Amino acid sequence: MREINQQVIDEIGSKARRLRREVIRMVGTAGSGHPGGALSAADMVACLYFWEMRYDPQRPDWPERDRFVLSKGHAAPLLYAVLAESGFFPQEMLGTLRRLGSPLQGHPDMRKLPGVEASTGSLGQGVGWAVGMALAARLDRRDSRVYVLLGDGELEEGMVWEAVMAASHYRLGNLVALIDNNGLQIDGPLHEVMSVEPIGDKFRAFGWETCEIDGHDIGAILRTLNEARQVKDRPFAIVARTIKGKGCSFMEGQVDWHGKAPTQEELERALLEFDSV
Amino acid sequence: MQVATRDAYGQALKELGEQYPEVVVLDADLSKSTKTVDFARAFPDRFFDMGIAEQNMMAVAAGLAASGKVVFASTFAIFATGRAFEQIRNSAAQAQLDVKVCATHAGITVGEDGSSHQSVEDIALMRVIPNMKVVVPADGPSTAWAVRAIYHEPGPFYLRLGRPKVPVVYDGVAGLKIGRAVKLREGRDVGILACGIMVSESLQAASMLAAMGIEATVLDVHTIKPLDRELILETARATGCLVTAEEHSIIGGLGGAVSELTASEYPVPVVRVGIRDLFGQSGQPRELMEYYRLTAQEIARAAQISMSQKG
Repeated sequence: MREINQQVIDEIGSKARRLRREVIRMVGTAGSGHPGGALSAADMVACLYFWEMRYDPQRPDWPERDRFVLSKGHAAPLLYAVLAESGFFPQEMLGTLRRLGSPLQGHPDMRKLPGVEASTGSLGQGVGWAVGMALAARLDRRDSRVYVLLGDGELEEGMVWEAVMAASHYRLGNLVALIDNNGLQIDGPLHEVMSVEPIGDKFRAFGWETCEIDGHDIGAILRTLNEARQVKDRPFAIVARTIKGKGCSFMEGQVDWHGKAPTQEELERALLEFDSV
Repeated sequence: MQVATRDAYGQALKELGEQYPEVVVLDADLSKSTKTVDFARAFPDRFFDMGIAEQNMMAVAAGLAASGKVVFASTFAIFATGRAFEQIRNSAAQAQLDVKVCATHAGITVGEDGSSHQSVEDIALMRVIPNMKVVVPADGPSTAWAVRAIYHEPGPFYLRLGRPKVPVVYDGVAGLKIGRAVKLREGRDVGILACGIMVSESLQAASMLAAMGIEATVLDVHTIKPLDRELILETARATGCLVTAEEHSIIGGLGGAVSELTASEYPVPVVRVGIRDLFGQSGQPRELMEYYRLTAQEIARAAQISMSQKG
């Protein structure tokens, strides 16, 4: 088990800041996109790509790789930022988000961009893909682990629970779900639109090993991922309490920043905030 | 000789599994009805019952296929194409994955279970999805051929099968190809284009017509998408009028596909035999075919109407 020390935490934290910066820049340049839910998950995604997962940007089809499924597909800018940062494609491509002909589609398209494991965007489906991948890994006796990131609003989709039920039934110890519990959806806070709490209890009731953590505490994320590796006979859920828009002062905790691009002026303000850290 | 297409499916799938280790089969608690049970008993490690959860079944199929498996996912036609339509569309079809949706119990010949279980819309639903291919075999032997053929051709497929035993049409299946309709009979007066159980009804209709001095061409259009444009247009040119026949709504299925083609390329009268925009109901399969006028008599009648509409 690798050591989790302050240096590791600082390095990953610095990566997460870079990802956030890229997300805001990408969405601002594109003029549309989903910044809020991309920013809230940046720490978790940084932990996955810069600590937890085994993969090779030179061999995106390497069969032994771990897989990451972005079930909350609208957070695509975050996925694109981390794939670029990891070397799957040149950073310059990030400026083409959502443009006609770009491999960086509004929601991830596995046929268009290396490193994208699942075509998502329609909420609730990615977690089913993750179950399928975990089953395949076991069938093939591969050590590959599967990580799937869901939104909390996404848990309102019934098919999520079909997948959660199946993962438990098939004892998928190689599957980890991370729930970006930022408490906000498009029409308002979840507790006003359609309550899903208590999230952790629901996963426990379905037979998953479950943990609630601060989704911006990198040390906690890393320790929990380590813990998840010890659980071999059932899937693991990490319910991460997060702040939508985290890292950008005027986006934090705001419903409005789910699917809106910053103006040029707002973009400059945000980048200044990142650069001054 | 009568064989149920679902029985042929079960057997063919098991044989495919013997030969190809990457075949994985999913079902939604209907394995004994869809006959995926044959594969499940032979290869329990490669069969996953997803329970009564069709939407998740299709997403799981996508995940397996993205990991290099060729996945056959089965349930009843209405649940596969209705309930899980969007999962097939977004996860299998858009991502162009090797997910073969093989649904049984299509059409009204489901029988006593009644309308909730009788899909009259599934061909229409599947053919309108980009990247999706749609195959409706007429009998047991061509079903066995289709299972192998869709395994070998990459990409998503919809294979439509039924519940009851149906007459065997094909002695041998050599020469059958996805996308190529089969000319079972040649005649210059009218072209009858059919799929599924209506193929054998069409052959009977052709005999009835022959007794009246009318010679019909009969095509088994087993592949609804991609449609065999060439042979269908050739038949339209040769006969000047067409009939389509399917155990499906007259909206959007084979009749719709043929009408779209001829209207834009070679307009001829097209009279559609099928379920006339109605839900099914309980009854015995043969009774229901009579009730919904999915019969040789109706096809023969339609042929005469089509001929009378020739300009």
